[in-house]
Amino acid sequence: MSAVTLFELARGIASGAIRVVDLTQTLAPEFPTIILPPEFGQCAPFRLEEISRYDERGPAWYWNNFTVGEHTGTHFDAPIHWVSGKDLPDNAVDTIPVKNFIAPAAVIDCSKAAAVEPDFLMTVATVEAWEEQHGRIERGSWLLLRTDWSKKPYADYAGLREDGAHTPGPSPEVVKWLVEERDVHGFGTETIGTDAGQAQHFNPPFPAHFYMHGRGRYGLQCLTNLDQLPPKGAVIIAAPLKIKQGSGSPLRVLALIAEART
Amino acid sequence: MSGSTRMAYDGIVVCAPITVPYRRYSANSAHWWIGRALQALTKRSGLRLNELDGLSISSFTVAPDTAIGLTQHFGLSPRWLDHVPFGGASAIVALRRAARAVQTGDAEFVACVAGDTNHVDSFRKTLSTFSRFAQDAVYPYGSGGANASFALIAKNYMNTYGVRREDFGKICVAQRDNAMAVPHALMKKRLTLSDYMAARAISDPIHLFDCVMPCAGAEAFLVCGEAAARSLALKGVHLLSTIERHNAFPEDAIQVRGGWAVDAGELWSMAGVGPQDVDFVETYDDYPVIIMMQLEDLGFCRKGEAAEFVRAHTLTNEGSFPHNTCGGQLSVGQAGAAGGYLGLVEAIRQLTDAPLGTQVAEARIGLVSGFGMINYDRGLASGAAILARAA
Amino acid sequence: MTEPLAPPRRKNPLKKTRLPLIPQGARSRTAHGLTMAAAEGRFALQRCSDCGMAVYPPRDACPVCLSPRLPYQEADARGVLVAETTVRVSTDPYFRERMPWRVGTVKLDAGPVLVAHLHGDLREGERARLELKLDKSGAPVVLALPDKDTPHMQDDAQLREMTCEPTFRRVLITDGCTPVGQAMARAFSEIGSSIVFVGVAKAWKPFAGMDALRAVERVEIVPFDITDTESVTEQAEQNGGRIDIIVNTAEHTRAGGIIERRGIGVAREEMDVRYFGLMRLAQAFGPAMKFRGADGVNSAAAIVNLLSVYALMNWPLYGAYSAAEAACLSATHSLRAELRPGGVRMVNVFFGPLETEWFQAVPPPKVAPKALARAVIDALKRGLEDVFVGDVAEDVRARLSVNPKALERELAG
Repeated sequence: MSAVTLFELARGIASGAIRVVDLTQTLAPEFPTIILPPEFGQCAPFRLEEISRYDERGPAWYWNNFTVGEHTGTHFDAPIHWVSGKDLPDNAVDTIPVKNFIAPAAVIDCSKAAAVEPDFLMTVATVEAWEEQHGRIERGSWLLLRTDWSKKPYADYAGLREDGAHTPGPSPEVVKWLVEERDVHGFGTETIGTDAGQAQHFNPPFPAHFYMHGRGRYGLQCLTNLDQLPPKGAVIIAAPLKIKQGSGSPLRVLALIAEART
Repeated sequence: MSGSTRMAYDGIVVCAPITVPYRRYSANSAHWWIGRALQALTKRSGLRLNELDGLSISSFTVAPDTAIGLTQHFGLSPRWLDHVPFGGASAIVALRRAARAVQTGDAEFVACVAGDTNHVDSFRKTLSTFSRFAQDAVYPYGSGGANASFALIAKNYMNTYGVRREDFGKICVAQRDNAMAVPHALMKKRLTLSDYMAARAISDPIHLFDCVMPCAGAEAFLVCGEAAARSLALKGVHLLSTIERHNAFPEDAIQVRGGWAVDAGELWSMAGVGPQDVDFVETYDDYPVIIMMQLEDLGFCRKGEAAEFVRAHTLTNEGSFPHNTCGGQLSVGQAGAAGGYLGLVEAIRQLTDAPLGTQVAEARIGLVSGFGMINYDRGLASGAAILARAA
Repeated sequence: MTEPLAPPRRKNPLKKTRLPLIPQGARSRTAHGLTMAAAEGRFALQRCSDCGMAVYPPRDACPVCLSPRLPYQEADARGVLVAETTVRVSTDPYFRERMPWRVGTVKLDAGPVLVAHLHGDLREGERARLELKLDKSGAPVVLALPDKDTPHMQDDAQLREMTCEPTFRRVLITDGCTPVGQAMARAFSEIGSSIVFVGVAKAWKPFAGMDALRAVERVEIVPFDITDTESVTEQAEQNGGRIDIIVNTAEHTRAGGIIERRGIGVAREEMDVRYFGLMRLAQAFGPAMKFRGADGVNSAAAIVNLLSVYALMNWPLYGAYSAAEAACLSATHSLRAELRPGGVRMVNVFFGPLETEWFQAVPPPKVAPKALARAVIDALKRGLEDVFVGDVAEDVRARLSVNPKALERELAG
């Protein structure tokens, strides 16, 4: 690998030969957050408090203070976030080796199935069917579950009903299989949470968190624009804030894709 | 009332009546107006400033100063000093104290002065901070001022004694007649009864011509002994008797009588004359209803019969009962605390043949009455004096 | 006969808005005993402890025996209207634009003579019933009413200057997701408020009672999150100019003391909802409401703040909650003074434990959401400022007035 390759990368991005796709939802107060049972501590929603706006509080400048949870909006989950990953080395956002913030991605389109069934679960069979078309998932790839959920209005996006959330996600078996059989880098979704809405009832509960973080892998949630990515070939840049012993953080998730030549 | 008679006012002379012509509004201070009166008093009496060894001041608008500040302001060094903040009763009270000071030798020449200015916003400022009870329990109720408070008194009086507005009107019309010859009277138009009845309501049942016009002005007189008055060649009057009473009849739910009713007997017996001997009466005329109370309580008629008395008499200077002979405050104007002096100063003039307007024929004995200081719902201060022409 | 109030017509947008003026509000310190009584809707006068004389106006020595012991006590409010006058001329700007104005002298059966504002249906010579009210300057005044209720008496023009009648007014209820918020919405709809805006945060999160709430007449659900400055500001920009009464039903109730809590996360939420929430509300809606304090029949009238009575004295079983409520309470005192020049009343309605889920383990007596709503309506109709709802709240108030230290210990159990 030489410096020429990096230069070509930069020039490709500038010229548009390499397209940069923003997979991030805007951090805004109205964006839904995860809701836990009321007795538990809650994830702080994003809030912006203006300090000054070219006024008597600060004549020539505009700036804000904001409050936000580590798991608000489009965010990264580190292994330390789950009990199963708590003792792994380099498991917090400030200690994860930084090269792990850039990795290729495989994007599995389940949007049609999820459209008719909010509780849709991606299974081993789903992935194997995809591999038949697109080839085996490269080891060290992000596995991104496309459901087009990010296009829904907020009420349907959160999918909350009397018995909890109804949003799509992975089955317990496929998560274990992705880690053990395909050595994935991490798991990413468009929904609030890498796990399905009803995952508290699975075995084990919240398997995406349990298995991924238990094996030192990462999570990405509230992604958008997955429909602009090819099934394979995109490179994801996802670098969380360097929070001391942080369990995750909101971040800018970018995908680099090679533009098709015409 | 004590059984023994109070000490007579022998040897006392009340003289040098001074009026500084009134003006509706004035940008000058109360100090200026009081100063004008003092200067006129010294010119009239021939006294030099350092010969005035007694000073009595009454004023609403001289704040934050009181009498003591005025000694330095005017360059006086009196050995007897008084500040009398009793509104319409100030003249009577000042006279009583000055007379006793001269009788005991505490002072030789006492200048009694009342003066007030009237800025465009004086009246509202005076009202809202007039008294603690007014602040807590009167002003917040419509802020109608004395007009509203006396309207309640008038309404009750009319209900209780069957008095009509026409009866009040006759008093006001007569006073206006008396004022026509007074050069500085602020009300210059003759008043008819139909004018009075048709005037706009201020606070029912009080209408426009029941109310005095606040203005700026000053009044003064001098109190001294007989020998002192002779030395100045000043013509003065004798003081036959005085009374003073405050917060009388607190048990009355609404005011229908004043302090005069308590002490009127003493007023007449001390003077050695009766109501039939009086040639003219100067009542305190903030409102006609209070005039009627004074006529009753001082003994000119029985309680509740003042309306009948008014109907049965002519109240002009040439009539059967000369009353408020220069027109009173209702026609001349109310110059704050000087309103309390107006009647007494006019009485001195009538008794020395120097009236502001027309002369009451053969005026030998005059009665002056003072009243004022509505603190909550009634006027608290009252007093009266009987004066006689010097032989 | 009081003319029933006609529903207000649409405001002419080209006409200048009448600015709020207030009458003189200065009172002696002793007179503030009346302020306290008026704020709570009681009729109290000073009574001499030594000779038993009832006195008025407020004094510092008994006019019969000169005793300095003149505590305020509940008094018989009945008497006779002895004389009345209709004031037509005043130099005071507030009264000047409200002429003619009727006042009168009332002789109380209990003795004292009072100058009072008159209700239009009370005539001279009739028996009267007196009430202490707060006027637009927040100062106590005496109002004489007819002995018995008369039709539409709440529509009397002079009385309306001292009340915050919800009829024909437009209301914002800050949180409709709770039983209290929903009971409040129903109560204002029933009493004839012309529109009841009900705030719902997080439109994507369903809540119990949602469908029933939408079905209530004249209710309009609006997005409103009291913890989100942008949300509050947006709502004020859209609707602030036509909101006359705000009822702040936003709540955050969790049991627990301070040490037993881990971290300050929940406390931050408590403060965000209760203290910062009220601050956002007041900053966003306050200026427009103050501007409209005298703007016709449906002028801006009041902000009602629901407060735990434990804002006045901490209940350690709900220790952190009490502290946040106390912060909110102190803010209301500042706001009361800030809103007053605009003729808008800050009403505090105190309650003990509620019949709601977060007081589940607390034994009765507890206050039902419906009862709280009724108390709010009543407070507005009577123009009250400090209201205590339910037995526990009244008990806390009574104990506080006698010995706050004893109450502190008693609440700690």
